[in-house]
Amino acid sequence: MTDTAVDTPVQADAPSAPEPGAEPPGAGGHGPPPVPNFNIVPVRGLPIVAAVLIGLVVAIASNNLWALTFFHVAGGGLWTSLDLFLGLVLGPIMGAMSVPARVEFTTRFMPKMLLIMPTLVAMTLGAGFQLARHLGNLDVAYPHHGWLVASYIIVGVMAVIALGLLEPANLAVLFELKKPKPNGERIGRLMKVFIYTAGITGLMQIATILIMTFLASR
Amino acid sequence: MSTATDTLPPGFGEPDAEDLRQADLPPVMPIAIATLIAVVASGIIIAAQYGRAANLTVPRVLLGVALLLVLFNAVQIWRIKQFAWPVFYRVLGWALLAYAVIAGILVFVFVYDHTPARMLVLFVGMLVLFAIDVPLMLSYSVARWQPLDAR
Repeated sequence: MTDTAVDTPVQADAPSAPEPGAEPPGAGGHGPPPVPNFNIVPVRGLPIVAAVLIGLVVAIASNNLWALTFFHVAGGGLWTSLDLFLGLVLGPIMGAMSVPARVEFTTRFMPKMLLIMPTLVAMTLGAGFQLARHLGNLDVAYPHHGWLVASYIIVGVMAVIALGLLEPANLAVLFELKKPKPNGERIGRLMKVFIYTAGITGLMQIATILIMTFLASR
Repeated sequence: MSTATDTLPPGFGEPDAEDLRQADLPPVMPIAIATLIAVVASGIIIAAQYGRAANLTVPRVLLGVALLLVLFNAVQIWRIKQFAWPVFYRVLGWALLAYAVIAGILVFVFVYDHTPARMLVLFVGMLVLFAIDVPLMLSYSVARWQPLDAR
């Protein structure tokens, strides 16, 4: 899956000089708009992901309270912000873009999301479980155990939405864009799934944050 | 986000061969999502009982259901005749690797925390199914829209 850039007739890494009188690509002319050359998995981001995951493992293995809190709070904050930003801000903006602009944005944006989101989820949940265990919050005897179980259920629903709908749509869009003739209607449909599910998980994250801040203040 | 169809250039959104093939494909995604729900529910039930003698009957049943669903899905996919198999295997391989790393980190956490053996067995079983089910979903959802000769 890494480094799957394939040159296709519609990919426009370096735009060639247009013929006299020809319409600019994707400006209402015939045929699909140009798709910039891109890698489905941005290989340059993999060392960063590896560094974050190694940091997470070290934090868990050392049971360092600051490190666990950092990974959990930073990961959760970024995850929530990104989801809400995607669903409520970026989604409507993308909907108003022209198809060529939307295609170009998607090819630059979606590969990065393929690395960022799973990393943030692993950071938040891995560190969160260990932090709760370290503080004794996982125990049934913890006075607010019911709230914690409620947060498990919310995170569980979010995980099903993210892994069952959001990630498959993300990947399917990228592979569609790699085709010599991408199907715009399909890309639009899959992007809608991606943006809507990101928005839904973002809203569910607010419920998680309400519970977490309530627990942290007890 | 508004639909892309309203502003598509001519020839950019018409049904293609992949659209026509969709009706012949089995219901892989609903079964895979049901598997994921069973695995996640099982995990939540065990985690909710942390710190006391846990009743593991329901998680065991859910894990059994999830196992049957994964096997059923694998058979469903295996029996597809017209499919972009090279793409499917390529995505499956990389996704299995990625999710094995994620599941491995979680197993490490449970082992490191001295999780009781009977719980650990269930957690590992769940993580194995999770690390198979999600890559199956990803690879199927990519390959279903690819031309049969795609690499």
